[in-house]
Amino acid sequence: MMEKSRRSFLKVAGIAAVGIGAAPAINFAASDSHGSAQVAKAKNEEALHAHRWGMVIDTNKINEEVAEAVRHACHKAHNVPDFNHEVDEEKFPNTRPVNHKQEIKWIWEEHFQYAFPDKEDEFLAEKFQHLPFLVTCNHCKQAPCVQACPTQATFKREDGIVLMDYHRCIGCRFCMAACPYGSRSFNFRDPRPFIEETAAAFPTRTKGVVEKCNLCAERLALGQQPHCVEASEGAIVVGDLEDPESEVRALLNEHYSIRRKQSLGTEPSVYYIV
Amino acid sequence: MSKNMIIAGLAVFVIAVLSPFWFNMATETQAAPKPELLGKAKAEKKCVLDKYEMRANHMSLLDEWRDSVVRDADRKYTGTNGHTFNMSLSTGENSCLGCHEDKAKFCDSCHEYASVSPYCWECHTNPKEIE
Amino acid sequence: MLEIAIKGSKTYWLWIVFLLAVMGAGALVYVDQFMNGLMISGMSRDVSWGFYIANFTFLVGVAAGGVMVVIPYYLHNYEKFHRITILGEFLAVASLIMCLLFIVVDLGQPTRMLNVLLYPTPHSMLFYDMLVLNGYLFLNIVVGWKVLEAERNQVEPVWWTKPLVYLSIPFAIGIHTVTAFLYCGLPGRGYWLTAILAPRFLASAFAAGPAFLIILCYLIKKFTKFDPGWEAMQTLSKIVCWAIIANLFFFACEVFVVYYSGIPGHKAHIGYLLFGYHGYNMMVPWMWSALILMATGAVFLIIPKLRNNKTLLPITCGMIFIGAWIDKALGMIAGGFAPSPLHHVTEYAPTGKEIIISLAVYATGFLVLTILYKLATTVKEEVRG
Repeated sequence: MMEKSRRSFLKVAGIAAVGIGAAPAINFAASDSHGSAQVAKAKNEEALHAHRWGMVIDTNKINEEVAEAVRHACHKAHNVPDFNHEVDEEKFPNTRPVNHKQEIKWIWEEHFQYAFPDKEDEFLAEKFQHLPFLVTCNHCKQAPCVQACPTQATFKREDGIVLMDYHRCIGCRFCMAACPYGSRSFNFRDPRPFIEETAAAFPTRTKGVVEKCNLCAERLALGQQPHCVEASEGAIVVGDLEDPESEVRALLNEHYSIRRKQSLGTEPSVYYIV
Repeated sequence: MSKNMIIAGLAVFVIAVLSPFWFNMATETQAAPKPELLGKAKAEKKCVLDKYEMRANHMSLLDEWRDSVVRDADRKYTGTNGHTFNMSLSTGENSCLGCHEDKAKFCDSCHEYASVSPYCWECHTNPKEIE
Repeated sequence: MLEIAIKGSKTYWLWIVFLLAVMGAGALVYVDQFMNGLMISGMSRDVSWGFYIANFTFLVGVAAGGVMVVIPYYLHNYEKFHRITILGEFLAVASLIMCLLFIVVDLGQPTRMLNVLLYPTPHSMLFYDMLVLNGYLFLNIVVGWKVLEAERNQVEPVWWTKPLVYLSIPFAIGIHTVTAFLYCGLPGRGYWLTAILAPRFLASAFAAGPAFLIILCYLIKKFTKFDPGWEAMQTLSKIVCWAIIANLFFFACEVFVVYYSGIPGHKAHIGYLLFGYHGYNMMVPWMWSALILMATGAVFLIIPKLRNNKTLLPITCGMIFIGAWIDKALGMIAGGFAPSPLHHVTEYAPTGKEIIISLAVYATGFLVLTILYKLATTVKEEVRG
């Protein structure tokens, strides 16, 4: 039985290996559309372009109603879960009670001393003491979250938007530690039971990934304005900061504006006209 | 242990280890399901890629599409057959589900047969389910 | 060599079974976390890192502390440490395994953890952390194993263990520096954004690691026939002494800088930890206990009569270990996240489930440590006859 020599065993093994290896090569040669010469990927014609997307918020035009409309429009369109929403027991049985500290928010309002904690002022003008300031991701030019992410799931796109790839995110939350503005939220649990009405045009997220404002990249790609802009009654303008002819640049030229924690060098792209 | 016992034991082992196959043969048809083409897909008969290539590679195609959309802001895909599609799984008319309307009859029919449960649907909403 | 680990006394087996039971309980709770998400933890939108990362940070320090026995023996031929270098290396192995486990249980999408390897990102500190932690783990396993095997066979260790040992020294400093760099490079977190964070991490590591090693030496002397050597333990205690004083000094420097300059953004965090902030004062008793434990431990170690007291020493080491743990694990995380970047405060305490999972990780580390120490002590008993 054991007369077969090592050499003849190796011969047979070698031929078998060549045979197994040949199959995928033959498959590849036989298939007719592996040439990428004709495959093309392009942007939509109607897409809006910019070298550096930025946002100008005119705080004089914001009041409680506008702020709430903006928040609602953004969160609804992007399927951001609302932990105050009563869960549909039939669809989602045995849903555990919520922990409101684990909430998710993309854009929300804060009072001056929280939005600009580095500008605390005992003698702050009366008008600003109770004004709602809308805060969201600043899509920083030097984003610390982009620097921190170990998988490039958080990255800065060519046009300046800091975007998230929810497929690649491992949920390490380093980006959340890195963000100096508290703009990011983590899905501690499956968000679906808390979405009142699922918007079909945008996916939801799943548990275990971080999310934040995406400057409505999906809307800009269709030539449309971000939801916050549309709901803000003219208070929020989004445009190309590096285009001297853009509306945002005109606004910045005319009015003095401030940004959050600008001394950190993150170069936020969200400006507040005060 | 006698020779007979060993052979008998081996036979029992082989039968036991192949039991999933016996079970499947007894309870199901052997033919793989044909995903149903509905709506626009049936009418248009234009595919993103050749049928066999789609079946084998749709996962990596979707992966490629995602990187194009999210990282490069490119959303239009023109395949080798000249037709243009929207690089999206579930949103918009020219997306996968926009043409192949019913996830249950198209996607799930093969996935269930192959015992594959991709987690796409944890995030990507199925238009039919929402309505 | 592993067959040594399956021969042991009744006490040994009871301990192993106990550890396995804790690991089993934690595994069950982890299934809940894996299926339902990190909602089972006490973490929140404002405090996005909690008990898991806290323990990870502390244990990286304990792993680095092993270098405090390697440097004197391998670089300076300090013979008294000859018998215990293996104990330091194996402690590093067990600590690193716990570190990696804590990272895994903390991830929101653990099945995707290989993305860190698939998409290497040289500008991210977590990328380097992954490299140096795994590298140091590999070095210690290989070196420890080869050296122990050589001792068992009564030969010199194979030649390439020497360069690996030398390599493990900068790696040890490296693991804790990189871990500190995770924190101290973030512009938005005032408590962490300080150049002294890496030195402080190393100081408390060089106190906690050897302190724990001393306690382990006591246990080894009690439960096995191997005597690590009282002189070695005395030298270690002197190392702990100066390391913990350095840690306290660095903390004092932080307190001075923050309070003398008075910058609110920085003051807020240490203020929150030591005195409370706007009524939020959960951490105050913990921080003061830590400072008292570490300071008292330092005093007990400075005074020779107390340091050399065989009954008092393990208690002192325990105090220092616990004090350093509170300061580095709890204090570091709580101080970093409260107040939040918007100056709100959300306090954090781990939930029961989080604690069970953490205990299971510790049990896993202790299991590895027990097995490795069983190997080391049995081989040494064998060799010494």
